[in-house]
Amino acid sequence: MPAITHEDNMTQDPTRRAPLVLGEPDLASVTETVCRIAERPGATPAWYVAFVVSVALTLILFGSIGYLIIHGIGVLGNNSPVFWGFPIINFVFWIGIGHAGTLISAILFLFRQKWRTSINRFAEAMTIFAVACAGIFPAVHVGRIWVIYWLAPYPNQMALWPNFRSPLLWDVVAVSTYATVSLLFWYLGMIPDLATLRDRATTKPRSILYGLFALGWRGSASQWHRFETAYLLLAALATPLVLSVHSVVSFDFAVAQLPGWHTTIFPPYFVAGAIFSGCAMVVTLAVPARAIFGLKSLITMRHLDNMNKLILGTSMLVAYAYMVEWFMAWYGGNPKEIFAFVNRALGPYAWGYWLMVLCNVVVPQLFWFKKWRTTPWLMLIVAILVNVGMWMERFVIIVASLSRDFLPSSWGMFKPTSIDILMMIGSFGLFFTLFLLFCRFLPVVAMAEVKAVLPTRDPR
Amino acid sequence: MNPVAEQSGTSQVAGILAEFRDSEDLVAAAAGVRAAGYSQWEAYSPFPVHGLVAAMGRRKTRLPWLVLLAGLAGGGGAVALQWWTNAVNYPYLISGKPYFSLPANIPIIFEFIILLSAIAAFGGCLALSKLPQWYHPLAASPRFRRASTDGFFITIDASDPCFDDAITTQLLQSLGTVTTEFFYRIDSKRGLPKYAIPTIAILSALALLPPVWIAKARYKQSSLPRIHLVRDMDLQSKYLPQQTSSFFVDGRGMRPPVPGTIAVGTPVENTHLRLGTVHGLPASSFPLDVTAELVERGRQRYNVYCATCHGLAGDGDGITSQLAFDREEPKWIRPLSFHLELVRDQPAGLLYQTISDGIRKMPAYGSQIPIQDRWAIVLYVRALQRSRNASIEDVPTDLREYLR
Ligand code: HEC
Repeated sequence: MPAITHEDNMTQDPTRRAPLVLGEPDLASVTETVCRIAERPGATPAWYVAFVVSVALTLILFGSIGYLIIHGIGVLGNNSPVFWGFPIINFVFWIGIGHAGTLISAILFLFRQKWRTSINRFAEAMTIFAVACAGIFPAVHVGRIWVIYWLAPYPNQMALWPNFRSPLLWDVVAVSTYATVSLLFWYLGMIPDLATLRDRATTKPRSILYGLFALGWRGSASQWHRFETAYLLLAALATPLVLSVHSVVSFDFAVAQLPGWHTTIFPPYFVAGAIFSGCAMVVTLAVPARAIFGLKSLITMRHLDNMNKLILGTSMLVAYAYMVEWFMAWYGGNPKEIFAFVNRALGPYAWGYWLMVLCNVVVPQLFWFKKWRTTPWLMLIVAILVNVGMWMERFVIIVASLSRDFLPSSWGMFKPTSIDILMMIGSFGLFFTLFLLFCRFLPVVAMAEVKAVLPTRDPR
Repeated sequence: MNPVAEQSGTSQVAGILAEFRDSEDLVAAAAGVRAAGYSQWEAYSPFPVHGLVAAMGRRKTRLPWLVLLAGLAGGGGAVALQWWTNAVNYPYLISGKPYFSLPANIPIIFEFIILLSAIAAFGGCLALSKLPQWYHPLAASPRFRRASTDGFFITIDASDPCFDDAITTQLLQSLGTVTTEFFYRIDSKRGLPKYAIPTIAILSALALLPPVWIAKARYKQSSLPRIHLVRDMDLQSKYLPQQTSSFFVDGRGMRPPVPGTIAVGTPVENTHLRLGTVHGLPASSFPLDVTAELVERGRQRYNVYCATCHGLAGDGDGITSQLAFDREEPKWIRPLSFHLELVRDQPAGLLYQTISDGIRKMPAYGSQIPIQDRWAIVLYVRALQRSRNASIEDVPTDLREYLR
């Protein structure tokens, strides 16, 4: 069989299936390519530099959290009338990032999109790390974090129960369910690959640690059968779950009566935005990762091209949602609602609104050009701008709406404090630290899955 | 011990391991082993090979049913939880909506269904496969390690009734195996260090201490203040009893009461003046001298404090009252007219009490109006009442002609 080239991989000919991996990979070489990354005795200098920077930022995050806990919530910029400032912006931003991971791992799996196999592992990892970053923010912004367990329904001396009809509690339940299910899904998929690493381990600590987490997986036919069933079921469960999570997050806003929040379009609008931002983050991570770790033959240009098309598609969904919001404000005829939108576009936060429109609607249109979709550094620019734009979207929704509600006498501007900004930057540090550790010690590509779609898996 | 036994624990044969070239060979061989009547055997591959389970004649996993059960339990549990906590045990009244309404409970029900199903899918997959399993006879075979990379294997256990060293090997060879080898039973304790089990036992016992301690604290009484890890609002920048202060000359944080302060419940002197009672009953006489100046003071104070509600002439039609009626305020109670018999017949002490303490919907004015002024108002109210119920005899004789 001739080696598969970039051209084969990128073919748009609908009569034949494009091969999913480049070169002449066989079962052993897939294992070799992926395991080598985790087995190298030392990492590349680029990894060390990135790791040191990320750990420093993570320390800043936890330092500011400590400061916040000791001094109280007043160290943040949240104040009347903008009681939801950076913490909730960051929360919605990070939880949204996670959604693309589940889209790739679960939804595309159900649609039998086999191209997902070599990027699903790290997209799922991205989900889990993003959810971890997201969860920190609402947890610390409650103020007295040491009684956060009050959110859980447990019999207590106060004879109180949580109010299960509050969207905020739905949010707690939805996000923690999402975190749990994503983790289970990710870990289950990784067990066979951990077994590969265990079987290849040459040192005692590696064989003990990988052995511990591989749980004694042997790859027997009945194990594989149950594994596939469980994987399919988890995908089927994660798919409605991921749609529900951002819908529930949007209820936090939509159920409130604030102009600019109280709208029925929020659930689908939030889900589309979440997937949009998540795909951008996948590209942001995949472009450097495949270059640094030598994964270009597994994470091919076709993957990136597909992701960029997803970004283009979801960008237009988001643009559509922006337009419908305006239409509803006008058609609904509610002067407060009309004001809320005019205020977004022309008020004191107009810069944020137009930055959001630029990054989320205008810039992604570059992906109509094949050159932008298939040139790593160009797509990286677009992806990073999309991340900026989606952060701004949450900023506009939260800050611009809260700062000017019904009563002009209670209007006020929002000013983030240095702790706000340090925590936001720090959360990126945590995200990248976890991601770098994952790239260094775990199988970044789902080897077993790639092997199953390999054209050369049976040598004859 | 001989070297073989040392390497594998004991030298007892646990089964035979046969490698195949690829997944197609594996499926074909699996069908062959099955046809030969073996039951204790297994096939291994580095990725899921479709058709293998069918070729082996194994039945489909029950996992989906398990997940369905868990999902139902999650959904039912979520309904029960929300019903019990928010409608029964601690009914939450939210904007007058029903305590128990399914639509509002859907998000939680949905999340619980997903959560429990997912845990069941994951846990069930492991449990049905008897994982985690830290030891396996095959772990000792270096060849078998390739099962997770590119090796396809069939193992037939020695415990199988059809198993026979030679015959089984022959069968596998006829099915196209690349190589065969025996693997050996291992002592299941091998690998676990001796100190592991006692350590785990001691740690688990220690782990039980905190919950036991909490449970004890929960049910035992103690005279010590409770342990407060996070002091919340206990530490505030304010003076507590008996603390010193550098701000005041006397250095005391606690301030003595203003001179003349009396404690609640202290017997009152001159109850007639202060409380409007004589021998515990509302007084009908005035404790002050009734003079024209007092009536004039009462008129002035009345117009300040009472007229807005009661009206300048005491008919209950003050501007506040009129505005409330114009606006049809549903909660407004019309102030009583002083000219009703009910009020007219009241002793002066009772009117004094009404001003001091308020009555039903009317607030108390004792804190705003000094005692002398209250009596002055009572006197003026009496004058207003008299003005509507007077006969010509009440007018001084020298003034009677003005009324003609
Ligand atoms: C804020 C409005 C308001 C003001 C000011 C006010 N009243 Fe009244 N007053 C009422 C209302 C209302 C009632 C009827 C209460 C009810 O029936 O619940 C009432 C009832 C009374 C009664 C009848 C009590 C009874 O035994 O039924 C007297 C006497 C009276 N007020 C005297 C006064 C005097 C004297 C003042 C001035 C110090 C005064 N009120 C100031 C609202 C007011």
